[in-house]
Amino acid sequence: MPFGAKKSGTGRGRGAASKTGDRAQGGQRRSLFRRRKVCKFCADKIDDINYKDVKLLASFVPERAKVLPRRISGTCAKHQRKLRVAIMRARVLALLPYLAD
Amino acid sequence: MSALRTYELVYIVTPEATEELIASIHEQVEQTTQRMGGSLSKTENWGRRKLAYEIKRQKEGVYVLEVIEGTGELMKELDRRLKVVDQVIRHLVVRVDEEQRVVERTRTRRQTFQERRRVARGLPPRPDPSERPATNDDDAGDLEGIEV
Repeated sequence: MPFGAKKSGTGRGRGAASKTGDRAQGGQRRSLFRRRKVCKFCADKIDDINYKDVKLLASFVPERAKVLPRRISGTCAKHQRKLRVAIMRARVLALLPYLAD
Repeated sequence: MSALRTYELVYIVTPEATEELIASIHEQVEQTTQRMGGSLSKTENWGRRKLAYEIKRQKEGVYVLEVIEGTGELMKELDRRLKVVDQVIRHLVVRVDEEQRVVERTRTRRQTFQERRRVARGLPPRPDPSERPATNDDDAGDLEGIEV
């Protein structure tokens, strides 16, 4: 894992980004480095989060059919709000499930 | 008279319904719209789709989208009428004009920022197709119209 090894050298400097990783890994010399998450909608410049775009929304609704939290997806607050509304609308139209069976 | 606004109406018809029935529901929507001073700007039939969960014992449904310019009263009336029709198992009305305006604004703003930055760097405002990757060209193309 050359990428992880390289990162462990500078790991101390960017503590905030890899804090949880360090603790969980313990003895493993910080081999897992956390990539900084970027809001998908900001990065791809998707302005319109639409309830009809099932393919896009489904990627934020994992198996249990709950909305993927920000801390996992990295979505920014502004887009998470819009995303949530879009998912709620899609659920009304049975495009997305309320709960997984 | 209240203001004209843009709404999207999506309704799901039972898969058992015939083509004629779906057409007649559409016609009814159209007539109601016209009677109450609105207009139908777009109709889209998504066809038969699997439902994410059962509605009235149905696992599938025929989706129809109508984009309507009209007043709130009109949408209220359409909502009421669709509730009565048994073959329509679900419907949703969403007002979209404000959201569209916001989207448009952010897009133009981003465009102008981008152009200003390019001018500051001593480049022409619009990127030449050859000098930039395709992703940016896509973005510029999006500005022409909002896809719904």
